[in-house]
Amino acid sequence: MSKRKAKDSHLTAGECLSQAQRLLRERFCHQQLPIRPVGVESQHKHLLELLKRTAVHGESNSVLIVGPRGAGKTMLLNCVLKELMEVDEVEKNILLVQLNGLLQTDDRIALKEITRQLNLENVVGDKVFGSFAENLAFLLEALKKGDRSSSRPVLFTLDEFDLFAHHKNQTLLYNLLDISQSAQTPVAVVGLTCRLDVLELLEKRVKSRFSHRQIHLLSAMNFPGFLRSVEQQLRLPPDFPDSRFSEDWNAGTKALCEDKSVEAVLRKHFNSSKDFRSLHMLLMLALSRVTVYNPAIRPTDLLEASRICTSDAKANVLHGLSVLELCLIIAMKHLNDIYEGEPFNFQMVHNEFKKFLQRKSHSIHNFEKPVVVKAFEHLQELELIKPMDGTTARSQKEYQLVKLMLDHTQIMEALQKYPQCPTDVKQWAASAFG
Amino acid sequence: MSALLHHPGYDDDRLRLLMEKLPCRETQVSTLLALMGEPEQYCYPSIFIYGQRATGKSHVTQTLLRELQLPHAVVSCVECVSVGILFEQVLLTFFGSSSSNSLPRYPSLSDFIRLYRQFCGQVPATQTRYIVLDRAELLRDMDANLLPGFLRLQELVEDNLTVILLSQIVWDKFRPNTGCFEPLLLHFPNYNKAELQEILAQDTHPSYSSELYSSYINILLGVFYSVCRDVRELRHLAALNFPKFCEPLETGEAKEKDAHKLWRNIEPHLKKAMQTVYLREVSSVQWEEQQTDERETADRRGLSAHEHVELPYYSKYLLIAAYLASYNPARTDRRFFLKHHGKIKKTNFLKKHEKTSNHLLGPKPFPLDRLLAIFYSVVDSRVAPTASVFSQISSLVTLQLLSQTSHDDQLDAPKYKCAVSLDFIQAIARTVGFDILRYLYDFL
Repeated sequence: MSKRKAKDSHLTAGECLSQAQRLLRERFCHQQLPIRPVGVESQHKHLLELLKRTAVHGESNSVLIVGPRGAGKTMLLNCVLKELMEVDEVEKNILLVQLNGLLQTDDRIALKEITRQLNLENVVGDKVFGSFAENLAFLLEALKKGDRSSSRPVLFTLDEFDLFAHHKNQTLLYNLLDISQSAQTPVAVVGLTCRLDVLELLEKRVKSRFSHRQIHLLSAMNFPGFLRSVEQQLRLPPDFPDSRFSEDWNAGTKALCEDKSVEAVLRKHFNSSKDFRSLHMLLMLALSRVTVYNPAIRPTDLLEASRICTSDAKANVLHGLSVLELCLIIAMKHLNDIYEGEPFNFQMVHNEFKKFLQRKSHSIHNFEKPVVVKAFEHLQELELIKPMDGTTARSQKEYQLVKLMLDHTQIMEALQKYPQCPTDVKQWAASAFG
Repeated sequence: MSALLHHPGYDDDRLRLLMEKLPCRETQVSTLLALMGEPEQYCYPSIFIYGQRATGKSHVTQTLLRELQLPHAVVSCVECVSVGILFEQVLLTFFGSSSSNSLPRYPSLSDFIRLYRQFCGQVPATQTRYIVLDRAELLRDMDANLLPGFLRLQELVEDNLTVILLSQIVWDKFRPNTGCFEPLLLHFPNYNKAELQEILAQDTHPSYSSELYSSYINILLGVFYSVCRDVRELRHLAALNFPKFCEPLETGEAKEKDAHKLWRNIEPHLKKAMQTVYLREVSSVQWEEQQTDERETADRRGLSAHEHVELPYYSKYLLIAAYLASYNPARTDRRFFLKHHGKIKKTNFLKKHEKTSNHLLGPKPFPLDRLLAIFYSVVDSRVAPTASVFSQISSLVTLQLLSQTSHDDQLDAPKYKCAVSLDFIQAIARTVGFDILRYLYDFL
């Protein structure tokens, strides 16, 4: 009876928690837009002004937003678009075309997508066009309103802009930028890219038509600012249904950010990357450990999350190898030391391994050569060793040159943690030569 | 334990059932469940699960999604010779056949996204949808935009969707040049010895006690654990060799308690299995046959395929000559094949300039003339250089015992390489009574 009672009192707490989880998960996993972008106010203002001029006054423009991955380029653009659409006259007037370099891999697909997004499929119908430019011009012509002399402005956003530069002859970019230069239909072209050298990718004729307006998103955040933003990210909004729970949660968050061990974890994270994506991943992992029994993020949760985020994948794979495979890795390490990183083949590795068996081994008995070959092939399958190019087809398997894809320190560290590693193997790995 | 089993949004009994089906993966399952959250909550856009072969990656994810009845599509990338099949399978499982039929003939990722959004608008997700891509390393060989596209699929289709990638290979080998959306990495470690014991001991034989089977597994692991940690492979070996283990029990030579006797009986047998079954040199049917009539096969030593190659008499000598030409330096031919090779000081000759022997570096190419010269000096009788000899050379190339290294258009001086191993050539040489080791520079 008492058990059920306890469960009843849990229920509301459980509901609160589930609400909080839902809210925060949307923030971390679904890139939900913040109310105001943080840290990029000037860029936000700049872009908004620019797009407003196209939307309201019909001026053509082109702009590139450049910043590393996870810096918030898409977030900035979406924030601006959301704000733009709130203006009434803009919303009725403007047409939006969103392209992505990952999806529209060539100009023909891109053109189809533009047609679709402008709702012009029935207008184009079965018409046959001579050239790409003609087709695009037709599309834009079709946008002109019947009775008014002006035409509706079109806003093109090109995500992964650098990928469009790889299209044949850069026809799409040329035409879009050409329209933005000449006094035709008002268009605004917004490109998003993570490549700083993106202008070098453009052909001369394309480059000269670009306005050379660039908005850089290079985060200049310092550590206290980073800490603040972490706290901000974890806070529940004031309109959360249960005010007592959200107060408790926010107080807990504040305490969390002041904890010494948490600060160390976050500083480590900050030193390796300060973009929002990786932060979201860290916080998401910590958040997932919150349950009814543990209704707030504890410092240990964050420590565990950071352990998962930063664990060395290759070392993890090494721990799962069998002793024989590990011995082969060590033999390769010795070969690498002796021949200074020159590629080697299976015979050499096997020879080295046999030398070890003859001289030092007590725990490992001899294996048939085919068994060793199988172990070697497994390593190749895991891509811990990689065959050199060009030698694949002709030569025998045993003599195919391969390269070890592991670092000296990586091997030694993995060996330290390897469960139940025989001591003679360890000693062999530590010895200078074979 | 109760904290492990309790996840809000899921039935406790069902979770308990799930845990029973996934032995020794409790931590992984609970991490995954915690990440997924309640069915209608968002999950991280892409999760990358890596771990070696047979660590339960596919099994855990698939059982989890199936048992909890979450909407999911499982696609193995091995099956997808073209991306169209991949898209089709995903659309089919989520939206039924009408959606997959509307894919164009050679669909691009753009078509897929467009259709997904279209159908998703009609049937919005009430619970997180999961796409599981097994053997994800093969995605790298498909279109370059596919992998980055799938990693940020949630953003592209604007649906409550999570892509789970499963692979043996670490994430570092996937990352494209200009980077992409980073997935959340989860590692599935290998089962350790105790866990392997627990899993393998689960499938017992009906007519024997489970203790006996478990002690058998212990012996099996003692032999194979240092070589192989693959559950599937070990399970196969265990099932195949168990009748042999029980033989003394059936004939009454030993009782279940005579552990040592049983061990002595099975151990050499298992070692033999390592050389044959483990390497797939014999099929399991052959292995079972061999167990029943042991007498007959005992004299046939080894079952390896290369013991059975039959060649004509001259071809054998040609192959021997090719092997000598490939592994001996040309300057030593005088010493090996000339009767009166003049004065070459023995000490000088034996001084090895090469640090590593040719048997480590592999075969060297040689011209046809050298092959024939060695051939004439090693073969006993006088052979006329007829077309038959030359055609035997080309049939050796066809059999891939020799490989031609020069271009096909070089007719007058083709170059070859010997492509057989030392064991093989020794077996061949034995059949014609030729002591090849005496002629090999590396073994002087």
